[in-house]
Amino acid sequence: MSKISKAFENKKAFIPFITCGDPDLETTEAIVRAAVENGADLIELGIPFSDPTAEGPVIQAANIRALNGGVTTDKVFDLVRDLRQDIDIPMVFMTYANVVFSYGAEKFISICNEIGIDGLILPDLPYEEKEEFQALCKQYDVDLISFIAPTSENRIAMIAKEAEGFIYIVSSLGVTGTRSEIKTDLSSIVKVVRENTDVPCAIGFGISTPEQAHKMYEIADGAIVGSAIIKIIEKYGKDSPKYVGEYVKSMK
Amino acid sequence: MTNKNGRFGVHGGQYIPETLMNAVIELEEAYNHFKNDPEFNRELTELFNEYAGRPSRLYYAEKMTKDLGGAKIYLKREDLNHTGSHKINNVLGQALLAKKMGKTRLIAETGAGQHGVATATAAALMGMECVVFMGEEDTKRQALNVYRMHLLGAEVIPVKSGTATLKDAVSEAMREWTSRIEDTHYCLGSVMGPHPFPTIVRDFQSVISKEIKEQMLEKENRLPDAVIACVGGGSNAMGSFYNFIEDKDVELIGCEAAGRGIDTFETAATINTGRLGIFHGMKSYFCQDKYGQIAPVYSISAGLDYPGIGPEHAHLHDIGRAKYVPITDDEAVNAFEYLSRTEGIIPAIESAHAVAYAMKLAPTMDKDKIIVVTISGRGDKDCAAIARYRGEDIHE
Repeated sequence: MSKISKAFENKKAFIPFITCGDPDLETTEAIVRAAVENGADLIELGIPFSDPTAEGPVIQAANIRALNGGVTTDKVFDLVRDLRQDIDIPMVFMTYANVVFSYGAEKFISICNEIGIDGLILPDLPYEEKEEFQALCKQYDVDLISFIAPTSENRIAMIAKEAEGFIYIVSSLGVTGTRSEIKTDLSSIVKVVRENTDVPCAIGFGISTPEQAHKMYEIADGAIVGSAIIKIIEKYGKDSPKYVGEYVKSMK
Repeated sequence: MTNKNGRFGVHGGQYIPETLMNAVIELEEAYNHFKNDPEFNRELTELFNEYAGRPSRLYYAEKMTKDLGGAKIYLKREDLNHTGSHKINNVLGQALLAKKMGKTRLIAETGAGQHGVATATAAALMGMECVVFMGEEDTKRQALNVYRMHLLGAEVIPVKSGTATLKDAVSEAMREWTSRIEDTHYCLGSVMGPHPFPTIVRDFQSVISKEIKEQMLEKENRLPDAVIACVGGGSNAMGSFYNFIEDKDVELIGCEAAGRGIDTFETAATINTGRLGIFHGMKSYFCQDKYGQIAPVYSISAGLDYPGIGPEHAHLHDIGRAKYVPITDDEAVNAFEYLSRTEGIIPAIESAHAVAYAMKLAPTMDKDKIIVVTISGRGDKDCAAIARYRGEDIHE
């Protein structure tokens, strides 16, 4: 049984995304704790990458700030070790395939298991390439999260059948970033997913307001929010934990 | 030589967001259909010959040969193509394919601006909309090409993210493609990115080696001993090598941009300084740090200033079929000036990297040996930058 399923037990899951090391790792740690205290159900921790091709300008800038601050994969592992002293809700890493590959896939994924990371979200690893890390993820009990996009169409069933942990449904075309309106027919996508798996699905990309989140809770099992949180962190810097906490509370 | 998901040995693949998967599958299906379609090939050949000016000349560089005193040197004159470089070969192929697929808009990345100009040209010819992403740094280095693209009716978007060079232009073009797929074809300019691009671009560029072979047999009644081309992503090199891969006696040599030297951080020599990684849709060699962060590479040549190399080149390197040598800025600038003075041919600074290696290699070879150097583009665009490199402050 996936540890991630705890996040969806008898409730809709709110999943905040936080870029580790933006503005610094101490603040990231405080932000995660504030998010957990205010009801976050699953934490998506971003390991920064120099060239995040699936991100819009807001998260791109967060990646650059974090890397300029000297964050490395090893320092992010240490952050998770600290957080796991007292936080027991599921946590997953979101990063790019090269960060895992370059570290040594087995070393990276075995450390995930050791420090209590439950899943791995890699936006540049589609179904066709998942065998790159699939066997190691199984071996070390780390869920490799699958994406479904508005363009997936005939691919939805195939992806859903093999999904683990949760399914990340991309709400709109394009890259991450807040949107005033989400036009994709998400209900139809979720319907096909449901016909093929019991793995919960959460919707991300473009969500920023409580109204949008609640709409997603009606359609799916959870909502993922990244850019809206990064904007708060960009604005308040070291003082952002309090504001992120308030925001998370408003999104539940 | 590709297998499942476009692998060349361990290299290649399709490491892209799910949002783009159906787009690349659709592209692959369309390409597999049209590449064997006589009507498509007739149209493409007509565009190559009547519009782009193919076949390009294979010119015996007699003065250079005599001056260097070794192997006989032939220049494959891709610089004489319409738009001034080999980029037009791939672009005409992809634009025609996109049009057959019902796409009405082309997007492209560009480094030196040659691929952007070629794409803008094809879009103008075929009545398509065109948007070109170009690193802000490169829009300054290659202001003339920005103007040419505007003149041809394209929109040029300066990319400010990252190092504001070619890699960032590729990232931004990929981001744009995920946001608008229905009417848009991403006209990738090199033998890189996710499958099927490395194969498609190589096939359209392979006309270079097909012609070299025919022309060489006609002129010398034999194959050359070595084929030399510059390598950034590697499209003119792949095109120059492809039809010689099975001819094991023909040495294939790619010239990478070493920038200020491969022992410095200011280099773009991927095979010589990079290691295996996954980026921009492919597994290949990349300049990167120990945590997999892509390195901010440098070369005087905007077209070679890229931290990766196409997957088929990575494979040819692995199996020892081609070798990849580093050429510094200084060596390339010297070759740029040398070819201008010796043969009256001003090569692109990218192509000058290949000329530089020929200058080293030819004197070590016997006079009955033959080298072909691909002059991938013309050097007019580089004159102001090279003048500045030599301390002459001229502006376009």
